[in-house]
Amino acid sequence: MRPASELSRRDFLNATATVGGGLILALTLPGRAGPANSKSAAHAPTAAGAALPGAAVPGAVEGAGLSGNQVNAWLKIARDNSITVIVDRSEMGQGVYTALPMLLAEELNIDFNVIRIVAAPVGDAYVSPGNGGQITGTSNSVQESWDKLRMAGATARTLLINAAAKHWRIDPAQCHVENATVVNSQGKVLTYGELADSAAKLPVPKDVKLKPKGKFQIIGKPVPRIDTPGKIDGSAEFGIDVKLPGMLYAALAQSPVLGGKVKALDAGAAEKMPGVRKVLATSGGVVVVADHFWQALKARNALAISWDPGANARLDNAGIHALLKKTAAAGPGLSARTDGNVENALKSAKQHWSAAYYLPLLAHACMEPMNCTADVKADGCDLYVGTQVQQVAQITAATAAGLQPAQVRVYTTLLGGGFGRRLDIDFIPAAVEASKALGVPVKVIWTREDDMTHDTYRPPAYEEVSGGLDAAGKLIAWKLHITSPSITARMFPPVKGVDDSVIEAAVNNLYDVPNLSVSYSRQEIGIDVGYMRSVSHSPNCFVIESFMDEMAALAGKDPYDFRMQHLAKKPRQRHVLQLAAERAGWGKAPAGRYQGIALMEGYTTHLAQVAEISISGGDVKVHKITCVVDCGQMVNPKIVESQIESGIVFGLSAALWGEVTIAGGQVRQTNFNNYRVLRNNELPELDVHLVDSDETPGGIGEAGVPLVAPALCNAIFAATGKRLRELPIAGQKLSKA
Amino acid sequence: MTTITLNNQMVNVDAEADTPLLWVLRDHLGMTGTKFGCGMALCGACTVHIDGAATRSCVLPLSAVEGKSITTIEGLSRDRGNVVQKAWLEIDVPQCGYCQSGQIMSAAALLKSNPKPSDADIDAAMSGNICRCGTYPRIRKAIHRAAELLGSGAAK
Repeated sequence: MRPASELSRRDFLNATATVGGGLILALTLPGRAGPANSKSAAHAPTAAGAALPGAAVPGAVEGAGLSGNQVNAWLKIARDNSITVIVDRSEMGQGVYTALPMLLAEELNIDFNVIRIVAAPVGDAYVSPGNGGQITGTSNSVQESWDKLRMAGATARTLLINAAAKHWRIDPAQCHVENATVVNSQGKVLTYGELADSAAKLPVPKDVKLKPKGKFQIIGKPVPRIDTPGKIDGSAEFGIDVKLPGMLYAALAQSPVLGGKVKALDAGAAEKMPGVRKVLATSGGVVVVADHFWQALKARNALAISWDPGANARLDNAGIHALLKKTAAAGPGLSARTDGNVENALKSAKQHWSAAYYLPLLAHACMEPMNCTADVKADGCDLYVGTQVQQVAQITAATAAGLQPAQVRVYTTLLGGGFGRRLDIDFIPAAVEASKALGVPVKVIWTREDDMTHDTYRPPAYEEVSGGLDAAGKLIAWKLHITSPSITARMFPPVKGVDDSVIEAAVNNLYDVPNLSVSYSRQEIGIDVGYMRSVSHSPNCFVIESFMDEMAALAGKDPYDFRMQHLAKKPRQRHVLQLAAERAGWGKAPAGRYQGIALMEGYTTHLAQVAEISISGGDVKVHKITCVVDCGQMVNPKIVESQIESGIVFGLSAALWGEVTIAGGQVRQTNFNNYRVLRNNELPELDVHLVDSDETPGGIGEAGVPLVAPALCNAIFAATGKRLRELPIAGQKLSKA
Repeated sequence: MTTITLNNQMVNVDAEADTPLLWVLRDHLGMTGTKFGCGMALCGACTVHIDGAATRSCVLPLSAVEGKSITTIEGLSRDRGNVVQKAWLEIDVPQCGYCQSGQIMSAAALLKSNPKPSDADIDAAMSGNICRCGTYPRIRKAIHRAAELLGSGAAK
């Protein structure tokens, strides 16, 4: 990834006048295009048209309303003093609609509460260098915007000051900005709106200064989220809420066996049902279109479909587990990291230990089931969708509609949960094909059962790990072999060699071990797997942090001391680990309570967690999770705290109960009665502590998730002497070993 | 044609009698603040008030609410003035926000019957509302805050 600070300023920003007057600050990056043909989209005559109907509240999503040279804009200042910030990352709860505008507002000296947010259309400028596309993922939104948007704000500020100085015929040094105005040393004032036209005609300054941390008035403050008002009165618009004139509703029938196809369809009964307009086979399944969704759903359930189950008819959990194990035994796979000579070190070790771990498939289970609204016309397609991948959504819709990508306008709505599920586009084609066939806008809504049984699941992983200790009880060898399907090979092919999304956290093992190897064997399992919140970190950190405990036990050392012993050159990690132990009262748990500790670095963020549990009747009760986080400088500590809490809750659901099981190629979990997630009354005490830091910002959307499972299982080991090497915890007998 | 009382207004609805209230609200009346989450009264996203009681609208047929008084998130207050909404805003509860209409409707019904709920009361009243973003700590805080606001007479 190329840091924003390395971008040449020449190709970074340009200022243009808007058609209706005012200033647009845009960005063009010659030669940059995402993997998904973003070029054609960015140069489309209209990349986004009118605002999304019905969006009327701050924080609601609108089409960017930008066209021509306005594409790729970040900021629009109009003559009427209204200020619009275009946000290029999808809001799915992680707070980007607040945090990213805060960066611009800081440098512009504007009241954060008066700005308007619009979701970016597809555009080159919105390609994430780290993600290689216009993608909201890998927790990098703030990391990548940190320099870029502050620079955009400072550039706009400098332009406005220069325009005012020119008007007053004075040196710009005699001017400063205050609350969306430029003020000169005689106290004269011009508003940004009054200056916008003339500022747009000035050359973009080559060298602008960013505020030092000590001068921040917005960054680092617990500013209220800009999207909260719409989310407490029902007016916030999610994809499922989109309503267009003449729109019809649709339900979808997909093969019960994953990957199956329609063999024969009898829609006779369904077609006669009230409100039904059409039944059609699409590439996304059989679509039933009706005047209202309930009519479509009832008719969907009345379809007589004979399915060809395809290759997965006999797929089940035991088979998947056995397949991964067999592939693991076949050879070490591809090397992802090699330090020293791990085989020799294992042989010469005073003590050594090996274990095998297994992680199950998981469902994302976003609260808003998958849905998509498409309006295909002769000359283009309007797509209204909660997506984390605008370019891929555009290309998917274009393919389904038989259009060029540039003819598809993507309107990103608020996302009712993303967690990586909305990096996938499998819910788009049915809506597009149905809209094209009927000539009216169509909204396809998945039921919870559709969503649960046709997710792109977190892949299973079989991980074998060995460690060796020297005479002093220090790690001299660490060998980890991961066998798992590749996510990236399906979603963003091609993958050359090792898929980082499966092994990244294992490769970034932060402990001092002179001989260390990580290798990967790719084994597909016949069904689609997808990215899920914290991706490789959840499985990898579960194994690493559980096995660190196993090695500590082998060395006869306290798990905290053992970790500290292997962190000599890691001051930030030592600090969070020490603070977490102090805050949790490590080693001083009350009678009947047991503790487990875990540590990680991910998304440039450092965290330590301590879980405190008790065991009763063979079941675990989680009493408290302590989490210390050093994520560098925080844009909005209130959002950081909520994201860490969020990650812990997500991690608790997965660790305690999360498991998708398959029988005869069908997913057995269908709804929240058999895919259990944490409820309010099951929440343990949470102590989240944020470390004050001057380092550059790290990611916080995913970092809270991975340590919950290892911290819990380490606490269970402390309580029972039983080491859990598979998840979920539920269903495993937890009495003393 | 079925007549219901929705947010203090008489409304005529032309929908089949078995249509769940949720879809009547969302599709027929265009009131999308009430959300679809599970369709089985398992997640609480569709919570509305029927004659003041928190009720899951996704399994409640239109025929069952004829003549009943229904309140949705849109009718809870004007200008987000309900004490629960005020507390929600102050604590900044929502993340993705999708479940929050249901959370707020459950919390408002709780406070109506129990203006000073304990943690155990909150557990009992709110366990039917799932939040995958994990806003639970803030929901609890905000319900206690709303109770405080009620006690101080700040509520409408």
